[in-house]
Amino acid sequence: MKRNHSKRKKSNLRFIILCTAPALLAYIVFMIVPTINVFRMSLFKWSGFSANKQFVGLDNFKILLDDQNFIRAFQNTVLLLVVVTSVTIVLALLLAAIMSTSRAKGKNLYRFIIFIPNILSVVVIAAIFSAIYDQEHGLLNGLLNLLHLSSWKHMWLGDQKIIIFSVAAAMVWQSVGYYMVMYTSSIANVPDSLYESAALDGATQSKQFFSITLPLIWQNIRSSLTFYIISSINLSFVLIKAMTGGGPDGASEVLLSYMYKQAYTNSSYGYGMAIGVVIFLFSFLLSLIVNQVTKRETLQY
Amino acid sequence: MKSNKLFKILSFILVTLIVLSIFVPVVWVFLASVKEKGEFYGSPWTMPAGIYFQNFIDAFKEARMGEYFLNSVIVTILALAINLVISVPAANVISRFEFKGRGVLNTFFMAGLFINVNYIVIPIFLMLVNGDRALAELMPNGFFINNIFVLALVYAATTVPFTIYLLGGYLKTISSTYEEAARLDGASNFQVMTRVIIPMAKPSIITVILFNFLSYWNDYIISLTLMPGEKRTLQVGLLNLMTAQKAAANYGRLYAGMVIVMVPALIFYALIQKQMIAGMAQGGSKE
Repeated sequence: MKRNHSKRKKSNLRFIILCTAPALLAYIVFMIVPTINVFRMSLFKWSGFSANKQFVGLDNFKILLDDQNFIRAFQNTVLLLVVVTSVTIVLALLLAAIMSTSRAKGKNLYRFIIFIPNILSVVVIAAIFSAIYDQEHGLLNGLLNLLHLSSWKHMWLGDQKIIIFSVAAAMVWQSVGYYMVMYTSSIANVPDSLYESAALDGATQSKQFFSITLPLIWQNIRSSLTFYIISSINLSFVLIKAMTGGGPDGASEVLLSYMYKQAYTNSSYGYGMAIGVVIFLFSFLLSLIVNQVTKRETLQY
Repeated sequence: MKSNKLFKILSFILVTLIVLSIFVPVVWVFLASVKEKGEFYGSPWTMPAGIYFQNFIDAFKEARMGEYFLNSVIVTILALAINLVISVPAANVISRFEFKGRGVLNTFFMAGLFINVNYIVIPIFLMLVNGDRALAELMPNGFFINNIFVLALVYAATTVPFTIYLLGGYLKTISSTYEEAARLDGASNFQVMTRVIIPMAKPSIITVILFNFLSYWNDYIISLTLMPGEKRTLQVGLLNLMTAQKAAANYGRLYAGMVIVMVPALIFYALIQKQMIAGMAQGGSKE
């Protein structure tokens, strides 16, 4: 009996190793090692291709402080983070509140459409917004023409002052449906009885929203803030790379796109990785701070 | 009561505006894809004069979107298969077996949820370039770069933590009574996994496939970086059409290309939207 048991244990161990080894190997080779390399290579001056690899300590980070392009990319990243997050959060909450209280027939169709941008690829979204913003044949300027508002027409992707807001609008367009669905499911968890008694007391729908819904789903909103930070840093990169290439003249460059440009296009691999480290630390610290600042007592239903 | 009515009207207007801002541009792309070249010089708000199907033929043949489409299908299916083959057994063991180091292993995998591919795509690229250099004598044309199998492997590997996270949460909830019954009948660990656990985990496996399908099919950064040559995926092909159109003003072909890229995702979405939204509510958020 004892021998049998130990035999069983042995075959269990073999099974455990066989099951986890492939996943572990793939994960280490394609995720852990590259991540370690980001941090390690940020301390080197290296083109990525030559044999000449020189340890420079924190020099790459010192150069960053004086790099005007880096500072502008940082500013753009923060600007997009603030603008996109605040607009998306308000719109998504409003939509979620409306969708949860409405009994209109077209509700499901509306929800279907609002979620569409979330399943489109970033390249498609970039192409759609290039068509919307096109200076001569674009939908937006065309619409302004039709409405006799020609003075409002702009070079939406050509004007250095406007472009970052054009990008922000595309980002809101892409993400609003996702957060709407997320908030709708948290609102669905709030018991109906609370609304019923509030309605009996004569509270309007907007009052119910602010005094019942919002406090009760606060924890969900709070955890979505971390998503906003991570996704806006990433989305701004993939969208800008496809839509504007960082132009005109670096006006729409963000941190990750600047990292990609330095490390891949410009072959300043070590310098690019230093930018990567800064973005990583920035998003990590920001998530921590946001988490602390938004702490409230948890309300029970 | 009055303010309630006003609120209703205002909210209806807001929702309708948002819906239109999404619906109109998407439909417009479909309409523009059948316009002839001359039609693009007038107002963009005119209906197409007829159905000019040549745009699609041009996109498929001259812009090689047909070939890229096939590449994307192969990469996506391959990546889904590799991802499941390596992640399902790992998730099964981690969530249903007791062994030393299980907690550490689980934490180690979950740390991967915080590693974003955008940060590590260039280190991965250089690793593959170095691999090619090491093999230069055996394979002078290179092996790792411009290889759709390697691309599929990278997709699969970088979604391992997400897949294990989602599957593991579900596998934990499966009761062990079925498993014990199978063991009494003499089933081995492997048989228990393939005949009992996997069939019961089907809903979560489907959710994983949905999310991973979209992330593989829609990716362009990884495939652009790891396949800089002539062999392209659909998204990178579309990106090239976009750049080419800026120079040559070949709008019709570009919009036809966009339709080709959008349609599979839209059909897919229409078919599975209920599961997808339910999956999201479960906490299967990705970005």
